[in-house]
Amino acid sequence: MLLNEFLFLAAFLFCVGVYGALARKNAVLVLMSIELILNAVNINLVAFAAYGHLIAGQVFALFVVAIAAAEVGVGLAIVLLIYRNRHSVDLTSVNSMKG
Amino acid sequence: MNTLLRNAWLIPAIPVLSFVLIIFFGKRLPKKGSEIGVAALGISLVLSIATAVAWISRHPVGEGHEKFRHAVDHNLFTWFSMGGTDVRFGIHVDGLTVTMLFVVTLVSFLVHVFSTEYMKGDRRYTHFFAALSLFTSGMLILVTAATTLQMILGWEIMGLCSFMLIGHWWEEQANSDAALKAFFTTRTGDIGLLVGVSVLFFAADRTFNAAKINELALDGHMSHWALLMGATALFVAVIGKSAQFPLHTWLPDAMAGPTPVSALIHAATMVVAGVYLVARMYGVFWSAFSIGAEGHAGVNPIAIIGGITILIAAALAFVQADIKKVLAYSTVSQLGYMIMGLGVGAWTGAVFHIFTHAFFKAGLFLGAGSVSHSGSHHSFDMKKDMGGLKKHMPITYWTFVVCSVALAGLPILAGFWSKDEILLGAGSNGYTAFLVVGLIGAAMTAAYMTRCVYLTFHGEARGNAAEHHPHESPPAITGPLVVLASLAAVSGLLNAPGFELFGKLNLNEVFAHAGIPEHHFSLLYAGGSTLIALLGITAGFLWYFRQLGPHGITERSRLLRAGYVFLDQKYFLDVLYTDYIIGGIKGPIPRAVYWFNQNVLDGVVNGVGVGARAVANFVYDVIDQKIVDGAVNGAGFSAEEGGSVLRVIQNGRVQSYAAVMFGVAAVSALALALIVSR
Repeated sequence: MLLNEFLFLAAFLFCVGVYGALARKNAVLVLMSIELILNAVNINLVAFAAYGHLIAGQVFALFVVAIAAAEVGVGLAIVLLIYRNRHSVDLTSVNSMKG
Repeated sequence: MNTLLRNAWLIPAIPVLSFVLIIFFGKRLPKKGSEIGVAALGISLVLSIATAVAWISRHPVGEGHEKFRHAVDHNLFTWFSMGGTDVRFGIHVDGLTVTMLFVVTLVSFLVHVFSTEYMKGDRRYTHFFAALSLFTSGMLILVTAATTLQMILGWEIMGLCSFMLIGHWWEEQANSDAALKAFFTTRTGDIGLLVGVSVLFFAADRTFNAAKINELALDGHMSHWALLMGATALFVAVIGKSAQFPLHTWLPDAMAGPTPVSALIHAATMVVAGVYLVARMYGVFWSAFSIGAEGHAGVNPIAIIGGITILIAAALAFVQADIKKVLAYSTVSQLGYMIMGLGVGAWTGAVFHIFTHAFFKAGLFLGAGSVSHSGSHHSFDMKKDMGGLKKHMPITYWTFVVCSVALAGLPILAGFWSKDEILLGAGSNGYTAFLVVGLIGAAMTAAYMTRCVYLTFHGEARGNAAEHHPHESPPAITGPLVVLASLAAVSGLLNAPGFELFGKLNLNEVFAHAGIPEHHFSLLYAGGSTLIALLGITAGFLWYFRQLGPHGITERSRLLRAGYVFLDQKYFLDVLYTDYIIGGIKGPIPRAVYWFNQNVLDGVVNGVGVGARAVANFVYDVIDQKIVDGAVNGAGFSAEEGGSVLRVIQNGRVQSYAAVMFGVAAVSALALALIVSR
């Protein structure tokens, strides 16, 4: 079995996710990019599990999926509240924590 | 019955409670707090009687001559722990305790009742009653104490209260002086109490328990020197508190206080405390001064002090014009009897004398109070403001006469039995000299009381007694008088032959084994002392009532004149104390102290000041300005600089934070990878 293809795919998705999380201004897109990062990790986990015949990697991937769902739930709720307060989901305007 | 004995701590606790209640709520009550005091002492009196009954019905142990009742020693709680020794707070109840409880609560109760009338309208009425309650509780704490430390507690409470009560009318300089004199004089003796208690604590293998100390002293388990030191120190305290020669001078001055207070001080509390202490710690005194040993040569310090006190005080009572001072010197003299009785081994007689003396002396004082209240318009001067009061104040007169005769010691009345027992003890224990002293004292007592009765109630009315309208006192005053006079008449019978309620069986346990002798009524002594008392009364009667004898001889004979002045000036003891001892201390010592102050102390102080200033300058210039300030400024400066650099990344934008996070994570991951791959 070829491991490298999976790792390249995961690295690509991770980079896309990091770019989206850091560069996009729309909060929803940032959340989606974070999902990409998490799924890149999932691909890694499953790939290594299949490669080494270890069931633990797949179980760990399931945990990540569950955590990601919860994280998106909380994240969307925050975004919703930001939208209610500011009528925009533009992250550059959310800087009230400026020191 | 044992429940009663074990709960005897209630008897002192109730007056303490009464004190607190009167102080905090007394002024708001309809009778200004006096009702609380009277009620509290009434309850205590009932409890005391019940306790006495419980004691007498307690089953005795032992056989025949050694028969006694076990004392009740009950621990209430641990007061404090010190160096591995638990100091307990407990009560000790035996015959001596119940006797004293009865005497103290009864006299105090009557004094409270008397005061409701006598002190009416006084500006510190409420405080007076509060102090009266606390005073009583001090004595009750002393008599129920199981340990010597508790005794100190009660002893000091009394010292404080006597100060407060003697100086009750402190607006007058003389009264506050008298209060201070009483306080300081007894304080001089109190040093002895602290020393004595400490010495006995260590001598008795670290215990404060009085019964234990007595037991060890009698067993001969204590070093004789330690015992002698402890007993001497305690006796110094007794001399101060019980007004024995040479520290008796405070007691007559203490007459400055209100009359009910005098009655309480003289009959039931304060001065009796000293005698009680000797009686309670008798094992210590008995062993230390070898009172009962063969070859004591008929003398020991306790008997000597007692004997001297009897005579000098009785002599002084002849020259007093103030009725209360006559009674005060009479008390000093009677206390001399008690102390002498203890000194010659007549323990039962001495305790019995405390008992009977309380009734007739309280009766006499309250009688004097009644006279001044209703007869002589607040004067106590017999020569100026009294005389001829017999027909105006019949109840006061007759109670006063009964108490006087009881004091003089005519048969059946109280003083006869107790004085007789002391004389009997002196005679049969080989203290012959003190027997003679006692008999002379008895004759003098009878004579000066005759003089006192004559000057107050007989002859022509003088001064206030003539100008104002003397009348009988109200029932709150005559009631206590009648009760006390009745007790003065019959209480002596409690130890009459065939009815010996006082004695080894009822009074003590420790002494049952120690061979302290018990004496029984002897017709010879009784007849002799009666004869002597009658002689004194006759002499007084002839001299004062019939005006026989060389009157005015003190004016004519220079020698006798000198004797009179010597007595009138109270043997110049006050002059000795205030002018020579205190004056002697007052002069040179302050001068020496001043010199020391100017030359030594000031030098030291100035030196310290200059040195401190030099050090301070150095500290300011070098340490404070340079090092400390530098550090503080440096810290502030670096924080400011660091802050302005870090401020840039704190821009509030989530994504730049995330970028930093990713950056850090990436660098960390790279570092980890490099470390792992090596």
